[in-house]
Amino acid sequence: MREVAVVSFAQSVPARRADEFNEVELLMPVVHQAVADSGIPKGEIGFTISGSCDYLAGIPFAFVSGLDAVGAWPPITESHVEMDGAWALYEAWVRLQHGDIDSALVYSFGKSSLGPLTDVLSQQLDPYYLAPLWLDSVSVAALQARAWLDAGHSEEEMAEVVSASRRAARSNPNTQLAGDPDLKELLAQPYLVDPLRRHDCPPIGDGAAAVVLAVGDLARSVSERPAWITGIDHRIEPHSLGARDLASSASTREAARRAGVGRGPVDVAEVHAPFSHQVPIVAEALGLDGGVEVNPSGGALAANVVMAAGLVRIGEAAARISGGSATRAVAHATAGPALQQNLVCVLEGDKR
Amino acid sequence: MSGQRCAVVGIGQTKYASVRDDVSIAGLLREAAVRALEDAEMVWSDIDAVVIGKAPDMFEGVVMPEAYLADALGAAGKPMIRVHTAGSVGGSTALVAASLVQGGIHDKVLTVAFEKQSESDAMWALSRPIPFAPPTLAGAGGYFAPHIRSYIRRSGAPADIGIKVAVKDRLNALKNPYAHLHMEDISFSKVEESMMLWDPIRYLETCPSSDGACAMVLAAEPIGDAAASRGARPPAWLHATAMRSEPTMFAARDAVNPRAGQDCAADLYRQAGITNPRSEIDMAEIYVPFSWYEAMWMENLGFAPLGEGWKMVEEGATALDGDMPINCSGGVLSSNPIGASGMIRFAESALQVRGMAGEHQVPDCRLAMGHAYGGGSQYFAMWLVGAAKPG
Repeated sequence: MREVAVVSFAQSVPARRADEFNEVELLMPVVHQAVADSGIPKGEIGFTISGSCDYLAGIPFAFVSGLDAVGAWPPITESHVEMDGAWALYEAWVRLQHGDIDSALVYSFGKSSLGPLTDVLSQQLDPYYLAPLWLDSVSVAALQARAWLDAGHSEEEMAEVVSASRRAARSNPNTQLAGDPDLKELLAQPYLVDPLRRHDCPPIGDGAAAVVLAVGDLARSVSERPAWITGIDHRIEPHSLGARDLASSASTREAARRAGVGRGPVDVAEVHAPFSHQVPIVAEALGLDGGVEVNPSGGALAANVVMAAGLVRIGEAAARISGGSATRAVAHATAGPALQQNLVCVLEGDKR
Repeated sequence: MSGQRCAVVGIGQTKYASVRDDVSIAGLLREAAVRALEDAEMVWSDIDAVVIGKAPDMFEGVVMPEAYLADALGAAGKPMIRVHTAGSVGGSTALVAASLVQGGIHDKVLTVAFEKQSESDAMWALSRPIPFAPPTLAGAGGYFAPHIRSYIRRSGAPADIGIKVAVKDRLNALKNPYAHLHMEDISFSKVEESMMLWDPIRYLETCPSSDGACAMVLAAEPIGDAAASRGARPPAWLHATAMRSEPTMFAARDAVNPRAGQDCAADLYRQAGITNPRSEIDMAEIYVPFSWYEAMWMENLGFAPLGEGWKMVEEGATALDGDMPINCSGGVLSSNPIGASGMIRFAESALQVRGMAGEHQVPDCRLAMGHAYGGGSQYFAMWLVGAAKPG
């Protein structure tokens, strides 16, 4: 495999309602920041790819206008996945393996505030048997939380996850929810959808993120400390909630095995788990031991820009490597109802 | 071509029709996928990864339907990727699947593209108002008609070129059992007398709205070699792949002869060492949703000099027995499940070099092009496939 590294990462400050900006306006500063920080001239970037979802904007081809943020002239080699930006990054990583280009721009954006997000996501379910029930995304997560609790866990553990996320988010300017909540106060809150309380659910946020990837010597020349992608894999599970064990994440486990998470110690993990009970499910599937710092950014409970939150995890993990505070990091992204599809990315800094 | 060699070893298509209410969305995809697996002499467990593509999710009303389709496509436990690049998506999806082989990630990739347009009204699903933008669109025809008028003005083409393309493609479709439109009584006067929808586009000069899916199995070189040595179902070898995109609107852009299309074709020819595409490429399946686009793309792709694409139509060069046969399958004008239409072009080009195109086979076809475009003529995906390995 060719050596590929994250050499820059930029994200917007997520907003509950970015009414004053359209998608292009959200995206443009982020894309240009990532390109500028990469040190690679825009015209020399070999491949561009984005991830977004038409249904968030409620218009077909919503990603087409995203191209305006890039300034695709002269025409560029470019593609798009209707998936979280983490999968766009995967496709860029694959493309860089061909050997003929040396860098790639990856971006994603989401403006969930335009519609009723939890209802919109309900229409991702099986259109014949599940979607007609309008089972919203919080209710799907609640079913999973119940399965996880029934497997021998407690609501206190969920509250601890929330509390840790809020505390970590205090040092991250790119979050929506930060603080130092008391466990008892959290547990005294009413259920939103039993057994989930409002704080067990992610905030809704509008925003964008971008990453530049570069290979080998180019990465070394533009970055003091590239975050090398030493393993990346993604897997999907059966769709039906009744066809899989919701209390664990088999696809995360398989992706982690193939990405080689266990081949060395992990300093930090950025886990894309929008609901509190999902953090321990994913951490367990990744095989992380108690010493791993999980979600120093606050994770998706603190800010969850749908379609970008997975890419943000990779960017945050890479930033820890490039900043020198970690040597080996794991980033995770999820998609589909109740952690149906998962991507795992291992990032490493050069030994010093 | 970049990366490792890649071969098309399996192709499957559904029967295209206005309404496929005999199958679910998953059933539609499986119909194509099973046929591709059979063609490849493979079973589900042989497949390493699945790449699917479709146009806007609004066409079926299912948000990111790959989640629901994972089971039907045997993807559980495997990687699954969903591509969406507007009308070019079927082509882009094939290129993403190929990329996994070219990058050395997987040996056997199943790729499927589909649309089940009967689940909604595609024209209005394409015409949602965009905030702060003037709502000027009524379907794709409303968008492309002014570009066609501009082409006619620039080139001085006779008014009947579009009609001739429409007749030619519908005649070709009669030789393709999968085609949606089988119009036994198609004729010049029938097209000419059909209703004018978006001047100069008449009803019979537009693509139909179809349900359908197309699937391919793309494989690494040893698997292509094995298929070649078995002989009955030879592989098609990828010789070149390219994608280009440009913005929708800005002053320097020429929407009639887009630079992204020119650049994409030039990249393709450079990879394959082609200097005279019209003589070196034996046939092409290109994305022609409105009849006039055949003439326009002939110029954009470098098959004809600027302003002379229409002459190829007039001379019959693009007919099945012409020197540059275009859309022998009947093309998008005869079958248009939008998300699949690009992949059908890619698959039909592969069928031609495999010698498996049946009644619409071009004799001794050695090198063929698959082409797709999308958005406002701004997204392009192309490939060149050959009967022999690339040199």
